[in-house]
Amino acid sequence: MTSTPEKILDIANLCVSVRGDEGEREVVSNLSLMLARGETLCIAGESGSGKSMTALAIMQLLPQPAGRISSGAIRLGDTDLTTLDERRMRHIRGDRIAMIFQEPMTSLNPVLSIGRQLTESIEAHTGLSHAQARQRAIEALKAVRISEAESRLRQFPHELSGGMRQRVMIAMALALEPDVLIADEPTTALDVTVQGEVLELLRDLQQKHGTSVILITHDMGVVAEMADRVVIMRHGRMVEEGKAADIFARPQAQYTRELLAAVPRIGAGTGRQETRGAETASANVAEIKDLHVRFDLHGGVFGRVTRRVHAVEGVSFSIAPNETLALVGESGCGKSTTAKALAGLVPYSGDIVVGGRNLAGLGRDERKAVRRDVQMIFQDPFASLDPRMRVGDLVAEPLVIHGIASKEERRERVAALFDRVGLSAGQMELYPHEFSGGQRQRVCIARALALRPKLIIADESVSALDVSVQARVLDLLKELQREFGVAYLFISHDMAVVENISDRVAVMYLGQIVEMGTRDQVFSNPRHPYTRRLIEAVPVPDPARRRSRFARLDQEIPSATRRIGEAPLKLALKDVGNGHLVAAEG
Amino acid sequence: MIAYLGRRLIQSLLILLGVSLITFALLYLLPADPVRQIAGRSATPQTVENIRQQLGLDQPFIVQYWHYLTKLVSGDLGRSYIQRSEVTELIVSRLPASLLLMAGAILCELLIGLTMGLIAAVKRGTATDQTLMVASFVGVSAPQFVVGLLLLYVFAVRLSWFPIGGYGTWRHLVLPSLTMGILGAGWYARMMRSSMIDVLRQDYVRTARAKGLARRAILFRHALPNAILPVIAMIGIDIGIFMGGIVVVESVFGWPGIGQLAWQAIQRVDIPIIMGVTLVSAFAIVLGNLLADIIAPFIDPRIKLR
Repeated sequence: MTSTPEKILDIANLCVSVRGDEGEREVVSNLSLMLARGETLCIAGESGSGKSMTALAIMQLLPQPAGRISSGAIRLGDTDLTTLDERRMRHIRGDRIAMIFQEPMTSLNPVLSIGRQLTESIEAHTGLSHAQARQRAIEALKAVRISEAESRLRQFPHELSGGMRQRVMIAMALALEPDVLIADEPTTALDVTVQGEVLELLRDLQQKHGTSVILITHDMGVVAEMADRVVIMRHGRMVEEGKAADIFARPQAQYTRELLAAVPRIGAGTGRQETRGAETASANVAEIKDLHVRFDLHGGVFGRVTRRVHAVEGVSFSIAPNETLALVGESGCGKSTTAKALAGLVPYSGDIVVGGRNLAGLGRDERKAVRRDVQMIFQDPFASLDPRMRVGDLVAEPLVIHGIASKEERRERVAALFDRVGLSAGQMELYPHEFSGGQRQRVCIARALALRPKLIIADESVSALDVSVQARVLDLLKELQREFGVAYLFISHDMAVVENISDRVAVMYLGQIVEMGTRDQVFSNPRHPYTRRLIEAVPVPDPARRRSRFARLDQEIPSATRRIGEAPLKLALKDVGNGHLVAAEG
Repeated sequence: MIAYLGRRLIQSLLILLGVSLITFALLYLLPADPVRQIAGRSATPQTVENIRQQLGLDQPFIVQYWHYLTKLVSGDLGRSYIQRSEVTELIVSRLPASLLLMAGAILCELLIGLTMGLIAAVKRGTATDQTLMVASFVGVSAPQFVVGLLLLYVFAVRLSWFPIGGYGTWRHLVLPSLTMGILGAGWYARMMRSSMIDVLRQDYVRTARAKGLARRAILFRHALPNAILPVIAMIGIDIGIFMGGIVVVESVFGWPGIGQLAWQAIQRVDIPIIMGVTLVSAFAIVLGNLLADIIAPFIDPRIKLR
């Protein structure tokens, strides 16, 4: 580039404040940044860094009436957006600056057809007739590689998958060829293979139209994949700014260095667990043999079963003491259902053996006693703690349910647990809302540990946490394993995290295991195409290793719902050496 | 859809059967003796016994109920003890008036309630919002006979805008409909407000704003259809409340509907009429709920009737 690139958006000394219960709080402080034509600027940071607020401020969509721009200017070309009234701002939104959001599931209106939602914005900003707008909408859908664009116009959002919906959002945003596209965590809610496709699509369209993109993300892998320039934010302030290559190779600020260090990486991760030999195991903690979980769907006059969801189809594995088995796969593959069956939360068929006792043959009380050995930590630390109970009582509750220890002893045990997970005993009297996300997850871990279980099921337990918090929680889990010898069934969609924590890995697809082996077998020598695809799809947090092109798969993962009588084909697992099991390609 | 309707129809019949059994049992256990009412005070014990036998009231409960049911299947609701005519005829002649009143009342409560709720939600936190919510609270808590008498006094007696009572023109319809509608309007205003506030917070409303749509389009095209869904489910339940209110309101306004018929019958323990009106009301409630459920998928494509 010889000439200085044309400046399209210029933010100068932007301050945004939000009024809360404790008065006004500044969420963006003195932010200045510039966006050139055709460039991709990534704003990266953890939750509460003010990155989303910055985006909303540009669109003048700050939460009303609490949020406001307290000072600064946002210039689009020669216009200062902060001085525009609502009517004139409306002409900017959608037409010159478009935005896509994190949640494709909720960002489209459920009661309006895709066509209606696409054409209405075209009609709002252009003088096109309805027929012309429709034509333009079809072109926009084709541009985001949606097949059968014309018939899609009649569909409703709930009839599309998450990835498809996000593509519709992108089509909607780009139909009017805006100067600036703001994408706020556009792939965070998507499966990793879908994320790869959507990112590639964004990059493609940007090059075609010369759109400037502001990409807001917490994922340094996505940053490395997409950014020309990067702005790192923390607590509402810019910490560091620079070319993507420089930020990753020579981070200047201490915070950037910490952030990059905390990112889980496949392969060379620093937090990676040592390879541990298969312990010439005493009895397995848990054994699952030929597990099936099916949900019936009713229909017809008498509500007979007409279709069936084959959520889990003949899954078998075992977990040894002190071992971490990771169950990976994308949404709908049955990994969480498997965990729920193991924890006794859904009816199943097949055998679940915990501590040498088959649950199927036991009475209610015996089953309850056996289940003490299996505890669960869930994904959302905000939703899995009762907001009306003190956290100390929450952790003590499993002890109460199983009638263990006197009141005084319980208190002592809970205090010790708090201490062990990195909280203080003084915090036992607080309520869940007084903790941060990471602290809440620690409370959940303490609760799971209360009964000294032999197996803890961690269902996406670190997925909702910021990377730096995530790294610390993972460390805690590893420490606890060393100390108590507890086994983990670690369920995750995040291959990098799995690679860091697991001893063995099982990959699930459509309710069945397609590959299982030690971590090194699966990651260094993935045999099944789906496993390879999962590993490849993970964005590498290194701009030098940017993928040229992600293998495109424009088809959807098939549904696990089938008609009665049409059972899915059972995959046979073959040992390809040293216990590395791979499904034969069908 | 057909399968769904079939299943719902079977359910509805079971509900009606249950209602008939419970009502019949309650009336059987009632300490008041219908035969005494018919025979009058001066009747001899012999006459009373004759009438009792004639009406079959000396039979055991199960037999009485069985007779009633078998006749019911052929559409025969029995004969009124007092009015000496077929209950079916009485109800059929009075039903149109009640249905008209109900339609007027639903119109009133939807118009008033939804408008109030919508405005309150959009002006949330302002004095307008608070005023509307206080008004809706008054509407919800005021007893219907008080509202009716108040409306009568102001608009019929003092202002003479509407007739005091009776039946015939649209002007007769206004005050009773309003009386019935105000209660529901209060509920709807509150429900619409909270539903609308909830919808306005949704991501898709933010998307609509980010697209640069006009306020009107956001409010009426994107928010309203979503917000109105829970309200529609309410209309079905509402018909039940109407059936209770209709007895009071028809009496206050001298409206010749089934509510008035029921009131007269209750005073004189005219069991066949009470049974008939109860069954017709139950039928209306079941039908109202079914209609509300059938309308819902037309507004929300996610709802499938299965």
